Amino acid sequence: MDINSASVIAAALAIGLAAIGPGIGQGNASGQAVAGIARQPEAEGKIRGTLLLTLAFMESLTIYGLVVALVLLFANPFA
Amino acid sequence: MEILDGLTVINSFTLAELEVGEHFLWKIGNFSVHGQVLITSWLVIGLLVLASVAASQNIQRIPSGIQNFMEYALEFIRDLAKSQLGEKEYRPWVPFIGTLFLFIFVSNWGGALVPWKLIELPSGELAAPTNDINTTVALALLTSLAYFYAGLSKKGLGYFKGYVEPIPILLPIKVLEDFTKPLSLSFRLFGNIVADELVVGVFVLLVPLFVPLPLMALGLFTSAIQALIFATLAGAYIHEALEGHGEEEHG
Repeated sequence: MDINSASVIAAALAIGLAAIGPGIGQGNASGQAVAGIARQPEAEGKIRGTLLLTLAFMESLTIYGLVVALVLLFANPFA
Repeated sequence: MEILDGLTVINSFTLAELEVGEHFLWKIGNFSVHGQVLITSWLVIGLLVLASVAASQNIQRIPSGIQNFMEYALEFIRDLAKSQLGEKEYRPWVPFIGTLFLFIFVSNWGGALVPWKLIELPSGELAAPTNDINTTVALALLTSLAYFYAGLSKKGLGYFKGYVEPIPILLPIKVLEDFTKPLSLSFRLFGNIVADELVVGVFVLLVPLFVPLPLMALGLFTSAIQALIFATLAGAYIHEALEGHGEEEHG
């Protein structure tokens, strides 16, 4: 396998694997937030704000994978 | 770049070209700088300066128009700083955190809302300044400097005692943290903005009309959140440096 095809496969794996964990985490967080809102509807505003912030933190983990994938595709140091 | 050549061949509209890793280079002495980033960041800075000058001329007791809007923005930033740094210490850091928030927010939205693609450059293309890793790394390093300054100016050299405070075993991790903080700040912002622009670019490439619109709206939303997160984290790091590592005293 030459370096180009290896890089493409590696980029796909990087973003795909990096999406698993944050996906689970975001699902958990959203579920808990919905449960919280159902229990205490008056706290909805506060819960929504915190939820959005934490979702963006989890999102950034996938984004790190994306950055690695982009580096492999466009700025590959080995190709 | 060769990998995406297949994609650009399909595309018959020059409206939607994906150009990643191509820059409009300017030579200044021995350095080559990314001209497209400088142009857009000057525009963003100019817009912010114009808005603040327009808002602070002819100040009325009962605000209206631009003054009203800028007062709302200032109040938002002050609340942001206050929620992170606490009532006692937030005031001197409002300008720094506010500048970070406004610059990132305006450049993210400016990159998404202004049709930069209509302006032709010799190479590369105009986009949000935060689309370039150099901008985000500069902002992140400024944040690092700011929290070191905050800690050192408040506690003097005693700031470094915070590295060994609960137990000295954690010293390597705390030193490592000083490097991972700017790294994660810069990569988070850069990655999110590039991801937005790439996703929108790919969708415009495939379906040029209407279909990319919801994604563009999502992009606006995430880029606003990213500006908020950058400012919030800068505030949190400064607060941590002011309060000493480990101990959590909010309020």
